Amino acid sequence: MAKVLMKGNEAIGAAGIKAGCKYFFGYPITPQNELPEFMSKELPKVDGVFVQAESEVAAINMIYGGAGTGERVMTSSSSPGIALKQEGISYIAGAELPCVIVNISRGGPGLGGIQPSQADYFQSTRGGGNGDYRLPVYAPASIQEAVDLVIEAFDVADYYRNPVMVIGDGMIGQMMEPVEFNEPEKKRELPVKDWATTGTEGKRKPNIINSLALDPAELEKHNIKLQAKYDEMEEKEVRYEAYKLEEAEVVLVAYGMTSRIVKNAMDILEKEGIKTGLIRPITLWPFPNKAFNEIPDTAKALLSVEMSMGQMIDDVKIANNGKLPVEFYGRAGGMIPTPEEIVNKVKEILGGGK
Amino acid sequence: MLKDNRVRIIIGHYGSGKTEFAVNYAMNLSKENQAVALADMDVVNPYFRSREKQSLLEEQGIKVISSYIKGSGSDLPSVSADVLGPLQNKTYNLILDVGGDSAGARTLARFKAYWVLGDYDMFCVINANRPETSTVEGILNHIASIENVTDAKVTGLINNTHLLRHTTVEDVLRGQELCEKVSEELQIPIKYISVIEKLVKELPDDLAGEVMPIKMIMREDWM
Repeated sequence: MAKVLMKGNEAIGAAGIKAGCKYFFGYPITPQNELPEFMSKELPKVDGVFVQAESEVAAINMIYGGAGTGERVMTSSSSPGIALKQEGISYIAGAELPCVIVNISRGGPGLGGIQPSQADYFQSTRGGGNGDYRLPVYAPASIQEAVDLVIEAFDVADYYRNPVMVIGDGMIGQMMEPVEFNEPEKKRELPVKDWATTGTEGKRKPNIINSLALDPAELEKHNIKLQAKYDEMEEKEVRYEAYKLEEAEVVLVAYGMTSRIVKNAMDILEKEGIKTGLIRPITLWPFPNKAFNEIPDTAKALLSVEMSMGQMIDDVKIANNGKLPVEFYGRAGGMIPTPEEIVNKVKEILGGGK
Repeated sequence: MLKDNRVRIIIGHYGSGKTEFAVNYAMNLSKENQAVALADMDVVNPYFRSREKQSLLEEQGIKVISSYIKGSGSDLPSVSADVLGPLQNKTYNLILDVGGDSAGARTLARFKAYWVLGDYDMFCVINANRPETSTVEGILNHIASIENVTDAKVTGLINNTHLLRHTTVEDVLRGQELCEKVSEELQIPIKYISVIEKLVKELPDDLAGEVMPIKMIMREDWM
């Protein structure tokens, strides 16, 4: 298929429909509004339904209900809206239902602002909901990657019966890039949804979807079962890009849009004879710990670059396991780091900074 | 450019490249003309609005009008009444950068008393690589919906068919063919072909409309 120019939010919606999403429940918030707007226009054309809920809390609980029917469902919001959805996400994980949740994030805390931010790293990877649950979190760095990951996210959700999050900063939602919609590669054999509440027709026992288990022994068993799934995700679903690690003196770690700025900074540094590499997590959870084994002996330090005051840096430290000094550079509140700022930080680390 | 009417309204589907065209047009016009004002009428998009380049435009002597509420971080749908200044002061050349489809174009309706034939142009920016405006029918619907809410008539087409830095001559020519069909259907001329600078020399020289080289001002280098 030929490439078309699409805004990130539209492209994510189109990818959802391409993946077979039939039902979308959402509530408006900048900078992701074009996504529900797109779904409201396009879903009826594929026999689907768009509902603008009365709140984010309502929307995520509609997702809970919709997912229970076995149909592919999706919701989206931005940072404070995703905060409101946390309770529902925990319930959906507990009830083992598949869905895709998109966070086009903005500056926080609180209402914050509407400019791009990566300050929802903790929220996505640690979760604001209660209990021992995890969800795969995909962080695309381009609109094309957003399209491909959204399509795959639906398969991952179905395979594990678990909510999956796709997170992009506001820039991913708002910027335009050429994209194409290719037939997705079939990577997983998806199980039959024999748990869905589609009506017994008098032929089977009712399927009950619930996250309540008052018997502690039974609930522990459920937790152990969930943990086995999370272990499998950690084993199979890690995704990352290792870029120019050979002979790198400083290895930068950055995801999403920030990784593109870092690559520009790396080009500038390379011209000045300073070798740097990049580890770009594509899954924020499970975090690509194994990528850090590829770091060469030439590396003197790690540098986590984020559009936040420093959140992913915790995971970088865990993955680094005390081997190298871990430094940080970030901008917050909707400010975007420039390649020059990153260049200066690298030089400072290497002792030649301004 | 100097032959265009005094008030230039720039419309188009979102993502067509209106703002990039409007900002480039304003900067070119300011080289030949003292009094140029650019009004950012976008009440739909939160990012990539011409007000983000206010200081760059002001360095060129261009008056920038957007919202009373300062800063790029607001998504309040407000347009400053200052727009009336250059609309009424006929020594000004005014460019109205209108964001986001017919919903966004409603901001123009409030000024409809000023749409005097011969005093304004309304240019529709077309990118054939945007799914909604990739066919004649799509463009005609788009133009009709905007004319319907603004009470102004499109007077010229801008072929701005692109894929950002990946644009090829073939893209531009495919867009040109589409614009020619729309031009014939509506009896509106193609006024400009806006293309990234590196492709300008590769274009055939018998195309309808003036070629306007575009600098990517709205897009950061790292994007």
